[in-house]
Amino acid sequence: MSRNENLLEVDGLRTVFDTSEGVVRAVDGVDVTVRRGECLGVVGESGSGKSVTFSSVMGLVRSPGRIESGAIRFEGQDLTRLSTREMRAIRGRDISMTMQDALTALNPALTVGEQLSEMLDAHDDDLPARGAARRRAIRDKSVEMLRLVGIPSPDSRLGQYPHEFSGGMRQRIMIAIALAPGPKLLIADEPTTALDVTIQAQVLELISDIRARLGMSVVLITHDLGVVAEHCDRVMVMYAGQVVEEGSTVDVISNPQHPYTRGLLGSIPRLSLRGKPIRPIQGQVPNLVGLPPQCRFYSRCPERTDACLQSVEMRSVGPDRRARCIALTQEEVA
Amino acid sequence: MTSAALNSAPVAAASGAGQTIFRRNLRQFASNRLAMASVGIVVLFVLLAIFAPFIAPHDPNETDLFRRLQPPAWQTGGEWAYLLGCDALGRDILSRIIYGSRISIFIGAAVIFVATTVGIAAGLAAGYFRGWVDVAISRLVDILLSFPYLIFAIGLMAMMGPGLVNIILALAYKEWVIPCRVVRGETLATRELEYVEAARALGASSGHIMVKEILPNILSPVIVVSTIRIAHVIILEASLSFLGLGVQPPTASWGSMVADGRAHILGAWWVSTFPGLAILVLVLAINVASQGLRDAFDPRFQE
Amino acid sequence: MTSPAKPLLSVENLSKVYQGRQTLANRLAGVRPFSVKAVNDVSFEVRRGEVLGLIGESGCGKSTLGRAVLRLHEPTAGRVEFDGEDVTALSAGALKDMRRRMQIVFQDPYASLNPRSTVADIVGLPLRLHGLAKTTQEVRETVARILERVGLNAAHLDRYPHQFSGGQRQRIGIARALISHPEFIVCDEPVSALDVSIQAQIIQLLLELKDEMGLTYLFISHDISVIGYLSDRVAVMYLGEIVEMGPTDDVLARPRHPYTQSLMSAVPDVDAPGKHQRVRLAGELPSPLDPPTGCKFHTRCPLAIDVCRREAPISEQVAPGHQAACHRLSEDLSVRETVAGVQAR
Repeated sequence: MSRNENLLEVDGLRTVFDTSEGVVRAVDGVDVTVRRGECLGVVGESGSGKSVTFSSVMGLVRSPGRIESGAIRFEGQDLTRLSTREMRAIRGRDISMTMQDALTALNPALTVGEQLSEMLDAHDDDLPARGAARRRAIRDKSVEMLRLVGIPSPDSRLGQYPHEFSGGMRQRIMIAIALAPGPKLLIADEPTTALDVTIQAQVLELISDIRARLGMSVVLITHDLGVVAEHCDRVMVMYAGQVVEEGSTVDVISNPQHPYTRGLLGSIPRLSLRGKPIRPIQGQVPNLVGLPPQCRFYSRCPERTDACLQSVEMRSVGPDRRARCIALTQEEVA
Repeated sequence: MTSAALNSAPVAAASGAGQTIFRRNLRQFASNRLAMASVGIVVLFVLLAIFAPFIAPHDPNETDLFRRLQPPAWQTGGEWAYLLGCDALGRDILSRIIYGSRISIFIGAAVIFVATTVGIAAGLAAGYFRGWVDVAISRLVDILLSFPYLIFAIGLMAMMGPGLVNIILALAYKEWVIPCRVVRGETLATRELEYVEAARALGASSGHIMVKEILPNILSPVIVVSTIRIAHVIILEASLSFLGLGVQPPTASWGSMVADGRAHILGAWWVSTFPGLAILVLVLAINVASQGLRDAFDPRFQE
Repeated sequence: MTSPAKPLLSVENLSKVYQGRQTLANRLAGVRPFSVKAVNDVSFEVRRGEVLGLIGESGCGKSTLGRAVLRLHEPTAGRVEFDGEDVTALSAGALKDMRRRMQIVFQDPYASLNPRSTVADIVGLPLRLHGLAKTTQEVRETVARILERVGLNAAHLDRYPHQFSGGQRQRIGIARALISHPEFIVCDEPVSALDVSIQAQIIQLLLELKDEMGLTYLFISHDISVIGYLSDRVAVMYLGEIVEMGPTDDVLARPRHPYTQSLMSAVPDVDAPGKHQRVRLAGELPSPLDPPTGCKFHTRCPLAIDVCRREAPISEQVAPGHQAACHRLSEDLSVRETVAGVQAR
């Protein structure tokens, strides 16, 4: 196994969906790097391709979707070349993902305990081989996981079904299931969107906490820049299937380079803006079918020029900092 | 306007409603070969029923004692003018089957029409108003459901006497329960949706809400269920006619034709068999077609 | 904005209790049917031309309150007075007329539009119901005008809701609410389901329309940033009760109730990440089926003392127009400092 600093490397990922209207380029040439132990924030609106990118990493893209090209290397191993069986082993054990909607993501017919045990049974190699000892170990570990995510009296709640828990508790349970096999990478897809602020704060702190304790990497997919600002080391902003800007969180938020990032930051209603007009980005996300090879933000960009009507590559604009805008001059990084 | 679909591009297939969904469902239905073939058979029967006087080779009620129990054309003693042979009164079986399709299809359609109309009204009222209206309708439904269908219909027929209208009433009496239950359930779910609340907030009356806001959105499952039930009703009508409680002779009905042939089943198998086959084929075709319809249109049967 | 004249809407001691039906089985088993006080003895006023922000977490009763004010859900007790008329006492016919003047914009732009109706039918419905347009042509023209105003156009008249994006659907919902020229709108989380950039567009639209048409809003949201941005006054709800209410600047700059304080500290802030000490509330919203005794917040409150468990606090004035209900108001404590103090020890 390589001792590479990068846990996950995605190169030129293209995921498309074949629809009756044409080929939808949901993810169009996306590069992602997740370093060991870091928390990467992925920000974008619906249709930006942020979720599809990581469903692709998980090998969860189903027909009519398919990965057209690109490499996904996890610890140096190209996941796109693995068989379904090999992928299944990695999924869950090494990489796990939590879904936005815990109620539909959990199986309503199985108790929380059963779902946890299933995951442990399939992926945890440290358990006794078989028999009562294994069952007891699985149960103990399940209780431990529920306790880890802050569920009160975990012992008695193992036998309950998902619907018997509140929204915040269900989200915790899903995180517990995702964390049970001790993955190296946790992909959290909008983990708090469905939750109230006070609960949201609890769940995000929980994820940060566990990350620090277990030393895993976290990808936090969200539409909320505030969440990114508080919890992520680096951030990647996506728009219409492409990455438009990435860099350290502080940098990107304090000094956004791409007009879309600026627009997004300007769109957030804030107390400090009271009485002043907010400047929303006008218009809507473009149709991802048959896009011309131009800047994708062109139709909505307040700073567009004719030069934007050509395809734009990501360019380096500082150490560890890239953005996709023709107005930026490429900076040579030594 | 570059709208809608794009925004949620990858999930577009899963969301949305209305027109395009209808078209997509229709496409899905059309791609189901077996269902399409069944639709063809049903259409064929309907055409037979409508154009019976032009298609039937003989008058279905014309008796000819010289042709008593004449076998089908391909057996010795048969003749091609009487393709499927003749019954005990020397009537042409093919012509009677063709005319009999009128009874089966008409009664099937009429019963389902009456039952669906009543069922929709009752189901909407029960699901929308809830409370005592719902209790009253639901209890009635429970009571009706606890009677065996055929015995119930026989009892009614015995009370009302035979006749086309009476058969329709006797069958619709209980049949409305089926669409009623479907409509009630769908209404209960739909009335809680925000667009129904929006209509109330705008000052819409209960009538408007039931007919304009709720009904159009629950119609497809009801239609699907109703088509499946047509097959049931056709069998029930045949059963009543078989028992002599249906359409009265000499009018040709598949059920009574089967009954007519009972006495001769060993010697003249064709008298009962062909009308029986007609029932089988039509009912099977309706079932397969409506199942295709259900797979295509009822969201609960879609992935 | 701050006219001392009579408020447009005044709500007095409004309660909404959801009562389960007593069934025979329950009676035999000796089980009492559930009863949830979704809204408990709430009073507030909304002045003409003002935006009152109503904030709280899910299950706090804020949506029920908004609907009870419109009698979409029949209030169990209390009075709602709109422009001098007692809404709770109106007959069905008078209520229908009143609906023209009081409207609602819903949260879910997908569920709130009938999927089988065209935009012209959806938006034109109020015109037909209230006899505001004689002919179909007139309806279509009026609908086209309002669509134009909310950023859509006449070409959209015959389309179905699923042909629009979330933001556009919300514009349709706004057009429907405004076409009868109401004076008062309950905005029930109108931007919560939308993407950030679209959210800003809709907020801007709602504020513009308010000025143009002289509207008054009761703006319900769980998002303190949105409420803080657009409301003149804010009311904070917890488990069916208003725990703090006052001018937005005042309440958000100097929240007095420990719940408001923790709510504010929980909001992730783009401007100042991690700058403030977070108050981590213990546990979750208690079940409204079995609400805590005394002050309903005591189970999660870092400042709770004995009296909080026994007695419900009474709302007191803490600053001009600013009231809060907490036993420890006089001590002027800050949850943040208290928690920091505890952690330091």
